[in-house]
Amino acid sequence: MSTISQAEVPAAATGGREPVAYVRGNLRFFFNELRLVFFRRRNQLLLLVVVLFPLLIGIGLKLAAPHGGRGGGGPASGGAAFFNQLAGNGVFLTFIALSLLLILVLPVVIAVISGDSVAGEAGYGTLRYLLTVPAGRTRLLAVKYLAIVVWAVTATVIVSAVALVVGVILFPTGPVTLLSGTTVSLGAGLVRVLLVTLYVCAAMAALGAIGLAVSTFTEHAIGAIAAVMILVVASEVVDQIPQFAPVAPYLPTHWWNSFDSLLRTPVDTTTLWHGLLSFGVYAAVFCAIAWARFTSGDVTS
Amino acid sequence: MTAEALAISSEGLTKRFRGQLAVDHIDLAVPRGAVYGFLGPNGSGKTTTIRMLLGLAYPTSGTAELLGVPVPAGAVSVLSRVGSLVEGPAFYPYLSGWDNLARYDAADRSASSKSAAARIGQALERVGLTAAAKKRYRNYSLGMKQRLAIAAGLLRPRELIILDEPTNGLDPQGTREVRALIRQIAADGITVFVSSHLLAEVEQVCSHVGVMRVGKLVFQGSLPELRHTGAARITVATADVAAAAKVFGKLGLADTAQGEDTITAELGDAQPEVICAELVHAGVGVRGLSVESPSLEDLFVGLTGEGFDVDH
Repeated sequence: MSTISQAEVPAAATGGREPVAYVRGNLRFFFNELRLVFFRRRNQLLLLVVVLFPLLIGIGLKLAAPHGGRGGGGPASGGAAFFNQLAGNGVFLTFIALSLLLILVLPVVIAVISGDSVAGEAGYGTLRYLLTVPAGRTRLLAVKYLAIVVWAVTATVIVSAVALVVGVILFPTGPVTLLSGTTVSLGAGLVRVLLVTLYVCAAMAALGAIGLAVSTFTEHAIGAIAAVMILVVASEVVDQIPQFAPVAPYLPTHWWNSFDSLLRTPVDTTTLWHGLLSFGVYAAVFCAIAWARFTSGDVTS
Repeated sequence: MTAEALAISSEGLTKRFRGQLAVDHIDLAVPRGAVYGFLGPNGSGKTTTIRMLLGLAYPTSGTAELLGVPVPAGAVSVLSRVGSLVEGPAFYPYLSGWDNLARYDAADRSASSKSAAARIGQALERVGLTAAAKKRYRNYSLGMKQRLAIAAGLLRPRELIILDEPTNGLDPQGTREVRALIRQIAADGITVFVSSHLLAEVEQVCSHVGVMRVGKLVFQGSLPELRHTGAARITVATADVAAAAKVFGKLGLADTAQGEDTITAELGDAQPEVICAELVHAGVGVRGLSVESPSLEDLFVGLTGEGFDVDH
């Protein structure tokens, strides 16, 4: 053992400086983190929920509008204009599912993973071992956030994909009539589905940064998850109150549903850029908060 | 001793929590190759010290070095050469023992993924967990959990192993196993720093000890040095106590105490056989003569205080 240790230690010390080994070491940690997130039973159940919701929404809407005429008036109270379009084109189920799941289900799914990210490790006590391995505090945080982003993208893409498949099966398809009344080809319509999905991914990635930051302040994963959810609901409520209109654009949830700009011609790019700017600022600020907190505090777990 | 010869050193290392001093200006000096027993009652600051050495907690003041590298500044570069077990084992309950070790190994940027399987296998074998490798951690017994934590410390070739209360909660068999592991690790030339609140637990394996009491390092040195701090006493049984006392006085023995037919004094540097000869020479009838040193346990209790929280 002792002879091995003398031979290997200098190699280990220089390993960090060698670019290939450096990248490989970081990728290995990142993939291990993904494995931990995606192979955990609890998280797999969350993904199952994300699969079931668009499926049930599709079936429900199909049953509510059996004659393919004017769709059931009930769901339209959700505020989105695309319910009426669904009867004419299954592609719209994607937009309906995303806008409905954005209210609560997707935020919960993101909050669970991001709120658990650091607090869960602290709760198990594994955080102190990861840091003495040593994983490096900034590196650990970066890996955690990237895994959260992958998770957010996965959940969002699942919603879109399942809704698209269910929509195509249950409803007629063809050229897509947009909310502005213009009709584009099915291919162009699918491109808009993709862009809308990416926009929602960005929104959820920003929420993930908030969850990561909250997660660095506690050893109780449940507390962090609850805090993120309370923040989301509070933001949604404040967003609905006209008296708070001046602060509305700065709320974390305000721009989430602005993806309907992509369903008009011409596309209202100003709104979209405002949304993406909001997500970018939220992600940057909360990642910075998480980093400042995590790299300066004692780990007491 | 130069910094190079020390595996762990600290100067004035201090940690204050909300006004209370948890660790109070301690100067550690752990020689390379030593098995250093870090002793003290619960709450005397041992774990806080270890957390500072491992870069988990930041010192309020003072400095510390691991293998000559300052911590916490250089923690990331030096910790891959240090294995540790802090405040009990901690793993993911829903992963197997093997996957848990793979997780920690993957987090180590300087560990090679190619050799990972071999190293994990070896580490598990070393602590006797090969058969339980695929079992979920939540189904492990306390002893197995403890051994898995030691295996995690042995995933890489190390120069220093820091074990915080490695026998906590273990049955006598488990305690013996851990002690045997410590001996093996030390035999490979690795410095071992092991904390415990029980002297008896580490006495048999340690070459050096440091004793903590309410945040202060009240003793540090080799085991023989610790023994030496306890003053040995000579006791002479005789009918003529007064004459014996005169001889003791002539020899300059300190702290003489006379009983009915015994007399005792601190032995100091005097040789018992010389004292005996002097007594006989002075015509004192010696019925019995004995030299007693306080046990390590007595010394330890003397350093750390009796009972619970007496100093709080």
